[in-house]
Formats: sequence, C-alpha cells, structure tokens
Amino acid sequence: MIASLIQLLTGMAEASSLFLVAAGLTVIFGVTRVVNFAHGSLFMLGAYIGWSILSRMPRDPEYFALGVILAGLATAAIGAALEMTLLRRIYRAPELLQLLATFGVVLMVQDATLHLWGPEDLTLPRGRWLRSAVVILGERFPLYDLILIALGPIVLAIIWMIFTRTRWGTLVRAATQDRDMVSALGVDQRRLFTSVFAMGSGLAGMAGALALPEASANLQMDLTAITDAFVVVVIGGLGSISGAYLAALLIGILQAVGIIWLPKSTLVLVFVVMAAVLIVRPNGLRGRKLTAARGEADTIASIKPASPSLKLAALATLAIAIAAPFVIGPFALSVLTEMAIAILFAASLHVMMGPGGMASFGHAAWFGIGAYAAALPVKLLTVSMPIALLIAPIAAGMVALAVGALVVRLNGVTLAMLTLAFAQIVWAVAFQWSDVTGGDNGILGVWPPSWAGPQAMYFLALSLCAGGALLLRKMLYAPWGFALRASRDSTQRAEAIGLDTQRLRLTAFTLAGSAAGLAGGLAAFTKGSVFPTTISIGHSVDALVMVLLGGVQTMAGPIIGAIVYTGLFDALLLATDLWRFVLGAAIVAIVLIVPQGIAGLAKR
Amino acid sequence: MQLTRRTLLAASATLAAPAIVRAQGSTPIRIGEVNSYTAAPAFTLPYRNGLMLAVEQVNAAGGVLGRKIELLIRDDAGKPADAVRLAGELVSDQKVDVLAGGFLSNVGLALSDFALQNKKLFVAGEPLTDALVWEKGHRYGYRLRPSTYMQAAMLVDDAAKLPAKRWATVAPNYEYGTSTVKWFKQLLLAKRPDVTFIADQLPTLGKIDAGATVAALEQAKPEAILNVTFGPDLTNFVRQGNTRGLFENRSVVSVLTGEPEYLDPLGEETPEGWYVTGYPVNAVKDAANLAFIAAYKARFNELPKMGSIVGASLIASIAAGITKSGSTDSEAMADGFAGASFATPFGQATWRAQDHQSTLGTYVGRTALKNGHGEMVDWRYVDGAAALPSDAMVKTLRPA
Amino acid sequence: MSILEVQGLTKSFGGVAAVRGVSFTVEPGEMLALIGPNGAGKSTCFNMLGGQLPPDSGQVLLQGQNITFLPPRHICRLGVGRTFQITQIFASMSVRENVQTALLSHHRQSWKLWRAADTHHITEAEALLYKVGLATQAARPSAELAYGDLKRLELAIALAGQPRLLLMDEPTAGVAPAERAGLMDLVANLAREGQMAVLFTEHDMEIVFSCADRILVMDHGSLIAEGNATSIRANPQVQAVYLGTAA
Repeated sequence: MIASLIQLLTGMAEASSLFLVAAGLTVIFGVTRVVNFAHGSLFMLGAYIGWSILSRMPRDPEYFALGVILAGLATAAIGAALEMTLLRRIYRAPELLQLLATFGVVLMVQDATLHLWGPEDLTLPRGRWLRSAVVILGERFPLYDLILIALGPIVLAIIWMIFTRTRWGTLVRAATQDRDMVSALGVDQRRLFTSVFAMGSGLAGMAGALALPEASANLQMDLTAITDAFVVVVIGGLGSISGAYLAALLIGILQAVGIIWLPKSTLVLVFVVMAAVLIVRPNGLRGRKLTAARGEADTIASIKPASPSLKLAALATLAIAIAAPFVIGPFALSVLTEMAIAILFAASLHVMMGPGGMASFGHAAWFGIGAYAAALPVKLLTVSMPIALLIAPIAAGMVALAVGALVVRLNGVTLAMLTLAFAQIVWAVAFQWSDVTGGDNGILGVWPPSWAGPQAMYFLALSLCAGGALLLRKMLYAPWGFALRASRDSTQRAEAIGLDTQRLRLTAFTLAGSAAGLAGGLAAFTKGSVFPTTISIGHSVDALVMVLLGGVQTMAGPIIGAIVYTGLFDALLLATDLWRFVLGAAIVAIVLIVPQGIAGLAKR
Repeated sequence: MQLTRRTLLAASATLAAPAIVRAQGSTPIRIGEVNSYTAAPAFTLPYRNGLMLAVEQVNAAGGVLGRKIELLIRDDAGKPADAVRLAGELVSDQKVDVLAGGFLSNVGLALSDFALQNKKLFVAGEPLTDALVWEKGHRYGYRLRPSTYMQAAMLVDDAAKLPAKRWATVAPNYEYGTSTVKWFKQLLLAKRPDVTFIADQLPTLGKIDAGATVAALEQAKPEAILNVTFGPDLTNFVRQGNTRGLFENRSVVSVLTGEPEYLDPLGEETPEGWYVTGYPVNAVKDAANLAFIAAYKARFNELPKMGSIVGASLIASIAAGITKSGSTDSEAMADGFAGASFATPFGQATWRAQDHQSTLGTYVGRTALKNGHGEMVDWRYVDGAAALPSDAMVKTLRPA
Repeated sequence: MSILEVQGLTKSFGGVAAVRGVSFTVEPGEMLALIGPNGAGKSTCFNMLGGQLPPDSGQVLLQGQNITFLPPRHICRLGVGRTFQITQIFASMSVRENVQTALLSHHRQSWKLWRAADTHHITEAEALLYKVGLATQAARPSAELAYGDLKRLELAIALAGQPRLLLMDEPTAGVAPAERAGLMDLVANLAREGQMAVLFTEHDMEIVFSCADRILVMDHGSLIAEGNATSIRANPQVQAVYLGTAA
C-alpha cells in the first residue's frame, strides 16, 4: 500500500493548491455576492508578479516566503483597485452583471500579461530545498508538497481566526448576514467590501506565487484556475471556507487515486463530483441556503411590451438583414449568418435566465448537442439537411428535458453550476468518444446540399433564428410566459394561485435547450463542421455575455447583445492584435454606462 | 520584455502594410494565414516572425513569378470554427491565392476541410496530425512539418536500441498525443516484439496533475518512458519527475522536447539524456542555419525557435510551389506543388507527390544540461523522407 | 357542512412544539380571526392550512375532503385563496397583469402559447381591481405601488380564484392605521356577498373586534379560547396571556 499512501499525500498537496485559489473566491463571494470571473486572472497575475520578484532574489526559503507575501500584497492592491473602480459601481445592478464585468477584465488582463511578460512560459529556478524530497516508506515525496499539505490547513486556520477573532472579521460576517444592519452600525460598508475584495485577491495572488515551484507562469493558467476554483467553492458551499477545504480535499484525492484506474478521468472528474454533490446537497458540503444580500426588488424590473420606436427599430433591422446579402460580400454574409445563429442561441438562454429565472453557465451543451445531432446523422446515415435540422432541436430538447427534470428544483448559482457540470460532461463525451464524434478533430464535411449556397443558408438561418426568437418572444408574452414569469417573481404566490412552478420551469428549460439545439444544428451546416469547442465553457460564456450585454429583462436584450457582441468580436479580430483588450474594455465600458444592458438604453 | 513588444509592433505594422506593398508594380500574390496567435503565443509568435522574415526575403529577392508576396494574418483564438470563418474572409473578401496556417491539429483539419470544399490550396505549417495528409488528405492540402508518425519514427530507432522492455507513456489527451503514442507503440513493437507497454497516462491538455501523474507512472515501475507532453504540462511533469526521481535509472524518449520553445523553460531542471526531437539552434553550423540565425537576429534581436523555422520554411515552400506551378491558379498549384523543392534553414526539402507531405525533417538527439540551460547533444538531422512509411502503406492510409 | 375542519394539527421545529393539537372549524361566509401574541403559532398554523408546511400530525378537511398533505397549488384549485404576511405579488407585471395571470390560472389557461396574456379576461380583471379599489391603478407597474395598495392587489389576486375560503395572514400589517379599517371592511363585505369564509390573523385588536364574527385565541401553540368579540374580551385567560401583555 506504499503507492497508495504516496497517491494520498499527492492528492492532499493538490488539494492545498486548489484550496488556496478557491479560498479567496469563496471569501469574496460570501461577503459581496460577486461572482468574480477575474479570480483566475488575479491568480495568474500573482504567478507572474511572483516570478518577477522571486527570480531576482536569493533562493533561500525566507526569501521565497517574502516573495510570496509581496506577490500577494501586490495582487491585493490590484484587487482593491478593481473593486473601487469597477465592481463598487455595480453592486446594485442586476445579478450576474459582475460576472460580465469581470469577464471583460479577464480579457484585458490576458492581453496585458502577454505584453508585459511576453509569450513564453516563465519558470522559476528552484533552490535546492525546493527540489528536495523526503523519503516516505521508501518512496521519494517532494518536500514542497509536504509544505503545501501543511499550508492548506494553516491558511484555513488563519482565515478562520481573522473572521472570528478580529473586529473586522466580525463586521464582515455581520455584513454577510445583513448588510443594512452593518450600515446602521455606522460602518463604512464600501471600505469593508474593498478590504474583503483585497483579501480575496491577495489570497489568489499568493496561490499563484506558491504554484511557481511546481509550474510555470503561463498565459493559460487564468482560465484553468477559475474553473477549478469555482467548482471547489460550489462543492464546498458558497461562502464556506472550511467547505472549500473539504471540497478541495475530496477532489485532490479522488483525482490522485482516479488517475491510476482511469487515466482519462481527469477530463471530467471534478465536474462529475460537483454534479453528484449538488444533486444530493444543493447548497454544497458545508453551505447554507443563501440569504439575499442585495435588495431583491432591484433585480426584478417591470416588463413592458416593446415601445413603438423599438418595434420600428426591429423592423428596420429586419429589413436591413433581408436586403444585406444583395449588397455585401461573402465574408460579411458569413458574419451575418453567425449573428443570426447567435441571436437564437442568446434568445434561448434568455428564456431560461430572464423570465425563467434560471441562470445557466453551460448553455453551450444544448447548442453542441444540436450541432452533433445534426451532423452525425448526415455523416453516418446520409440524412438530408432539413431532416437533420429537425433532429437537432428534438435531440437537444429531449436531453434538456431529462437534465431539467433533475435540476429545475434548484436555484441560483447551484443550478447554474449544475448546467456547467452537465455541459462539461457532454463536452467530455464529444471529446473522448472519437469513434463516433471524431474527438477533438470534430466532424468535418457537414456542408449543406448544393442547392443551399451561402445566401440560401443565410436566409434559412435568418428565418429560423429570427423566427425562432420571435416565436419564443410571442410565447413569453402569452399566458405560459406570464405564468413562467410569475413563478420567477414569486414562487409562493404562483403556487398559491394554482401554478405548477416546477413544470413551468421545466418547460422553459426544455424549450431553451431545444431552441439552442436548433441554433447548433444550423451552425453545423453553415460552418461545415462540429467540434467539441462548441460545447466549451468559453462558448457558454459567450451566450451569457450576449444576454447580459443586451439586458436580461426582455427579448430585445439578447437580440441586441448577440448582434453587438458578434459584430464587435469579428470587427476587432480583424482590426487589431489587441482584440481581447479592446473587447474587454468595451464590455467593461458598457457595464458601467448601461448596467441594465444595451436594450435598456434603447428603451430610455 | 522589450523584445516581445517590439516584435508585436513589427507584426502589427505588417498587418497594416498591404497597401504599401501593393503599390509596387504588379498585383502581389496573397497568402492568407490563420493561426492561434492569442491562444498559443509561445509557439506562434516566433512562427509569425519566421513568416514575416521569409516574406521580406522573398520580396527583396524579386518575389515569385515577378510578383511580390503579401501576407495576411488572422488570429483564430484557438477555435476551429473561427478559423474556418476567417479562412472564408481571406478567400472570399481578400481573394488570397493560398491559405496557410494552423497550430493545433483540429484547427488544421478544419482549415483543410474548408480548403477542399472551396477548392483552395491550403498549406499547413505546424499541425502534426497524420490525418491531414493521410486519411483526410486531399488534392488541395499540403503539410510541412514532420507529422506525429514521423516524429515517432525518428525516435523509435533509438528507443529500439534501449535494453528497456517495460514501457510507460504519458501524452496529452487529444489527437496529437494519442496518435503519437499509437504510432510509437506500433513502430517499436515491430522492431522489438519483446517490449510491453504497461501504463498509459493521458492528462488533459494544459491541466496536467503532475504529482499524481508522476506517482502513477512511478507505481507502474517502467524501465522506459515515452513523453509526449509539451509546454506548461511538460514543465510541471519534469519538475515533479525530477523531485520524485522518476527519471533516474530510466530511459526517456520525448517528442518535441528538444525544441527551444519547450526546452528553454525547463532551464536548469532540464533532465539529461532524454532522446528527443528538436532544434539545437546554435549548435548546427550548416551555412543555411547560420545564415538564417544571422538574418533572424538582425531582424528581431533574438534567437530563432522551432516555430521560426517552420514559419520561414512555410513561405519558402509556398514560393517554390508557386514558381514550379507557374501560376496561382488553385488547380495548377494543387498539381504543381508536388515535387517542388525548397530551401529551408534545415536544408533542402521537397513536397512529396504521393501524400503532399514535405520532406522537411528535424533534429534528433539527447538532452543535456550546460551552464544551467538545456541543450541538445549528440544530435543528427533526420530527413523527413527517411521517417515516412513505404509508398504502398501510404496508399492504404490515404484513400483520396 | 363547515368549509374547513381542522383536527388536532401539530407541528414541531427541532423538538420545540410550535403548534399542538389545534382543532377548529370555519363556517361558510364567516369572518374568523386567529389571534395570539408573537410566537403563538399562528403563522405556522396558517402555513399548514395552505399547504406550505406539512404537519407532524392532525388533518385538514376542506368540505370533508382531506387536503392535509396536498401542495399549495392543489389546495388553491379546491377553492382556497390566500394572502401572505409579506405581500407576494408578481413584481415584473403591471397591476392588471397580476390579476390577469391569476385569472388565467383559475381558468386553466396558463399553458396557452399564442395569444398575448394581457388580452385575456380584461373585464374580469378590471372588475376585481374595482372591487378592491385599484381601478385607477390598473396600468401601473405593480412594483411602484404603495404598501397598502400592494395588500389590495394581493387580495384581488387571491379573489381571482373565486375562493370559498380565503386565508389572510396579517392582512393589515404594514398598512397605515387609517387605511386598515377600510381594507378589512372591504374583505368583510366581499365575504358576505360571496358567501366566502375568511380566516385571518391580525395584531390590531380594534380590527379584530370590529370585523370578526368569531375569534380564536392561540398561545404557546395551543388554542386557549374561542368565541365572539364580547366573550373573548371578557375571557380572563385571554386577558392574562394576551390583552394583558398588549396593555
């Protein structure tokens, strides 16, 4: 059993690394309720700053500790600046808007890091002590891993002490329970939040620097870290520090042991664990049911039917969309096709997120299932395109119905993370089942029949997507849509007037999945191929960004959001090397100027 | 840091330059290039430098068929679907004559499929997947670098000479990794039927859990290891392996690890004695290589990397192909590229007619640590032609 | 037959008995008040009647039909409407749309997918809003209403289901004292004209004594008294536990 002890210790070291990243995220969420997508970026900055400091210092342990702390402090300062200049302005904005804002920050930091530190992976030369190992039962085990194993619980204990034994900690905990009361006590809540954000960011930065002895500072580490950290935080229970440690331990050890039996398991293991935990314990291992930390009333805006001017604008846009193919070039046409598909993709998410009140971090799952469900019959059974386009929404809808039956009883971040877990599982299937799906090489040659040239495909996409979005809109204003919105506004009231809120939510979930599936099917034919990347987290984030950018309240939001985001992305990609920075800055600017989304601006 | 920023500025300048280029004489030959610049900058930026340098050199020497070459570069952000869309922009709006590019295998295959559909010539530079020229090869697709098969074949000679019988493998879990492992096993077993493969680790690309992976390999007690990981995964793997003594008294065969992109970050932790493919930049004293290094240094003030070689050779191979075809008509080029010979910093190479793979080779050698830096020693250049299977086998692998 | 018959209802939370063995009936058309000091178990009792909480033991019969463990939406369908201590309305809708949504549900039309919801049952909705005194507010976003008006809106929503029994948890809490009597008179009139029974909890004793036909008094989870205003006023036990503390 020697090997299993080593595996166990290795898992515990990994657990500490995971916990160190996750701790900051859960601290920030627990107090400010900010879903900080930029946490991974702070982790990455911590690693790069740590590298810059540590590679200039002697390699002794005391300098290493000093360098890690300095990196943590620098990241804390960056975090505080981020909070004061950006997040502070949008605490009262609709939920998840912080997610959009911090996504913009992620993009900006990626380019900034590339330009400050260059494209190469930066590795920190290790001092002798960092390279040394201790012999445990005849096997060599890295000394640094032992240090990490100890560091996890130590940091956990320090955070716990800070929160329970200091006045600041008491105030922070009070703010977690009841913000208004803390304000009533005369405490400057803004400074409290800034300090919490700084602390969480500092933890992320330290975690980044602490990763240096075993990993390079590289430009991909931000997104890797953020998904891992999110999963740990959610499994542990949002806002629970000890829960985060338990979750990290669970994942670290399962991973280290699982790698022996099933080496490929690392692809989805964490997501399978997350799904299992959340279905049994929706609030995570040690989480409590979340109390609303913001005034709920802020999040429910009254919905009015589109104003005449908005309807006119929609008609004008449609007229342009119909006339455009006759004047523009082939690439612009492909961009418009892309936009049309994005509109249905975003509109379908809106049905869930807006009136349905169910945010999803994994909406790409349905899009991807639709795409594969359209492409596979074409490749394997030489089914014709119209039939494939019929299969796509049906397949996606059926899977959505099955998954929805399991998850619609849940709420908020739990539900959103379960959709993410499911999307990752679908992604892993598409990625791993190469015999059928072609693995990461995807399915190629899914081109439309010869009668459907680019123009015909555009009109097909436009009619199905714009039509689909309008149909969804029609349904949302029909009795079903009102009943759905009623379930969101007040579940208690909706049930008390006889509405089956779960079934309403389930139909919305299924309908959204089905519509996204149709979008995916169309995408397969317009691109001629399907890849696992259509199911990636990045693609799910795209959908969220489009909805939030346009505004979550009415159907105008996702439509405008899809047009703006797709257009901006394509224009910037062609215009500048720095497209990520500019796109990120544009998103941040939009969030600050029109927090209710661009559609809100149109309505004013 | 300074260097990088300047490099990028230079790159942007080129992107904005087409108007200037066009002003000189006849219409230029347009090469549209799509690659994962923001998703994999460590490899693609030196590659882009190589492209730009070669374009400048070709144009300074009078261009191709009396026309200048103009390069249009697009960033696909690592997403095959976007790569296809950008290829569409290059073909239909920019009217490029040739498509080129790709880094990850799946992007390369997507571009190749697009090229087939649109009957446009596509020259893949970096992507290593065999499918590009074999099972999914087609009339309009060419590929420059030694493929996964060739990389495995180049290393297998050394591997077969090792006494080791119990082998373990570690490879990123995607096309490049699994396909390299597959070929390596097949080729090694052909030479050494007494060998067994006892453990395969397949960490997720970019997310290796190095401690657990090393511990799992250690537990299997192999006599030799095939490593296919690269980039950040390789760094983590090597560090854990060093500390835990995984590489002591074991032979390691490692694909691509000798390339400066992946060897440099290992620094003083470079494990010694690994059999690798790569590029011993300064050590190769051939005139072609020295000239390339000199020109590259003069232009970018840094040493070239493997990507730079691929970038420069890609332009040279396209220029030679067009010259031989005598036209930029897609059909003429699809036929004409075959058999075209071109000069690279590694020496002369040829586009094979039977599968549109180039015979560009790579260096095979062993790693060593000198003055705190990893280097390749005992290296030799293996010509691509020597690492390819028989024509009969190629025929069965390439249906089209 | 009684509209509602409650038999031996009991509920504990973590070993603490909140309601113990409560039994009573509600008769058609009557205004029945359930009173008691804070923590007496009134709200728990209410939530067990409405289906929001399952009781530990005991049963609830609606016109003889056992509804004890039915979910709220089924209880609603059987003719029980309710309002909540903290008003629950559909904040994203206009005042009229709130009532229309309830009417659509009552007429079992909530699954229709085509015709716009706000074109359904306009007259009926406006009649209900007129009844509760919100006729002039129909087009306003409900989120803008003053608290007293929210209570009226919630009443209109509950009435849309044409209930035989209306459960009102603290109908005047948060409403300006001047408005309270008017609101409860309105309810009393509706009860009388529609033969609808009303069971309500209330803190304002003036309201209770002026509107209730009958009064139930709870303390520490048990019913301690039952009777009309006069007898309850005179009940020494009630005076001790309840009026005594209130005074």
